[in-house]
Amino acid sequence: MLDILAEMLSYALLVRAMTVGLLVSLCAALLGVSLVLKRYSMIGDGLSHVGFGALAIATAMGMAPLAVSIPVVVLAAFLLLRISENSKIKGDAAIALISTSALAIGVIVISVTTGMNTDVCNYMFGSILSLSHADVRLSVRLSVVVLALFILFYNKIFAVTFDETFSRAVGTKAGMYNMLLAMLTAITIVLGMRMMGAMLISALIIFPALTSMRICKRFKTVVLCSAIVSVTCFFIGIVLSYWYSLPTGASVVAVNIAAFILFSLTGLLKGGLKRT
Amino acid sequence: MALITCREAALGYDAGVVVSGLAFDVNAGDYLCVVGENGSGKSTLIKGLLRLKSPVSGEILTGDGLKPTEIGYLPQQSAAQKDFPAGVFEVVLSGRQSKRGPRPFYTRADRRIALENLERLGIGHLKNRCYRELSGGQQQRALLARALCATEKLLLLDEPVAGLDPLAARELYTLIRMLNQQQGLTIVMVSHDLRSAVEQATHILHLGNRQLFFGSTEAYVKTDLAKTFLGGGQGA
Repeated sequence: MLDILAEMLSYALLVRAMTVGLLVSLCAALLGVSLVLKRYSMIGDGLSHVGFGALAIATAMGMAPLAVSIPVVVLAAFLLLRISENSKIKGDAAIALISTSALAIGVIVISVTTGMNTDVCNYMFGSILSLSHADVRLSVRLSVVVLALFILFYNKIFAVTFDETFSRAVGTKAGMYNMLLAMLTAITIVLGMRMMGAMLISALIIFPALTSMRICKRFKTVVLCSAIVSVTCFFIGIVLSYWYSLPTGASVVAVNIAAFILFSLTGLLKGGLKRT
Repeated sequence: MALITCREAALGYDAGVVVSGLAFDVNAGDYLCVVGENGSGKSTLIKGLLRLKSPVSGEILTGDGLKPTEIGYLPQQSAAQKDFPAGVFEVVLSGRQSKRGPRPFYTRADRRIALENLERLGIGHLKNRCYRELSGGQQQRALLARALCATEKLLLLDEPVAGLDPLAARELYTLIRMLNQQQGLTIVMVSHDLRSAVEQATHILHLGNRQLFFGSTEAYVKTDLAKTFLGGGQGA
């Protein structure tokens, strides 16, 4: 085990991938708890598709992928938030509309410019080979910002997640915190997307939160537990993907599924013991 | 000066005015019950009192040193909340969120106040429990403790006994009356339950898309309005 790890760490490429991956897993897990509890899980999924479209266009136009995708996806996040808060339009349908549109545009752009080759596959399902030095620096900086903002506004995020009506009543600007949450989510998704793949990145947001909710009963423990679960799963996933030559994104998701099943069974067992 | 004064206020949405002709005072120590059928404008009035909606016409004023953000609000529970992984103490402490201003973390004083309010409502022993595992009545008490963390003066309760069994409902009414009579909190309660409203409150505000009645409970039970709604029962 240790020699595999030493071998992995000798590749600069893998070290970069692990650094970014661990930070993104951490951010995604923290934000995911709020998103899942606020019933915003679909927004994460929608954003990753918008990210795919933005990435395709950026590559076609020869621009820096992160610099283009981040503002586009942040904008899309605000839009999706507005839609899901506006009861006149059916939120989930609108999200599906936007995400499939972005996906279609992305696919067309790619096929017109570079043709449907391995690039598409990499965007869809992720590749650890895609990270440049500049990407890593930007990713690390942005992840630290996301983490800092989350910790700074933790109490407000809890309050707004638990009861938005009460928060508004006592004068908390709930709308602002929803926007903050959407913005941080958008950044996290773009950062993680190329490694995890547009199709799989939302798993990083949803799985750790759901997994830790199987056994944790307090918001703080759910947040901490999902952070630990997410980082651990990412780590195991990337080692497995290296060892068995599997796609990284899919391996990480597979480990997350295993963790979810394990926690579910533990939760059921605990619940069952209590009742008898 | 009254804590809340409504002057010919009307409230509504884009589609039109929902409730109009609101003219009433809430004075310190009052226990006002807002009654009326579904769609009579009760929820809209709550939004108006909380400043989440400004009046279409007229004014809603707060006075006597009461800031609009100092109303301790007990909202109706959402379905998502019943399933929320939160500790009771976390929930109660979040009542202090507006007291922090720009500061991000709760202080020791905030924690003390949260604990005091748990004890005040007799649920100190539930401090470390998980919110979703509490009974309906205990959940309402936890949310009431949170509301108390946000106010010293006025509680605004939105259907506090909805969904509770009769015993838990009676206990909650007793608790609210204790807060009103012994601790001097002013209560504004929105309720479907006219019979209990008449038993509990000192004042009644009856809405039917306009203000149908406002005055003391004694005066209210003598009106034809009350007799119709109480079905000639104990009010007659």
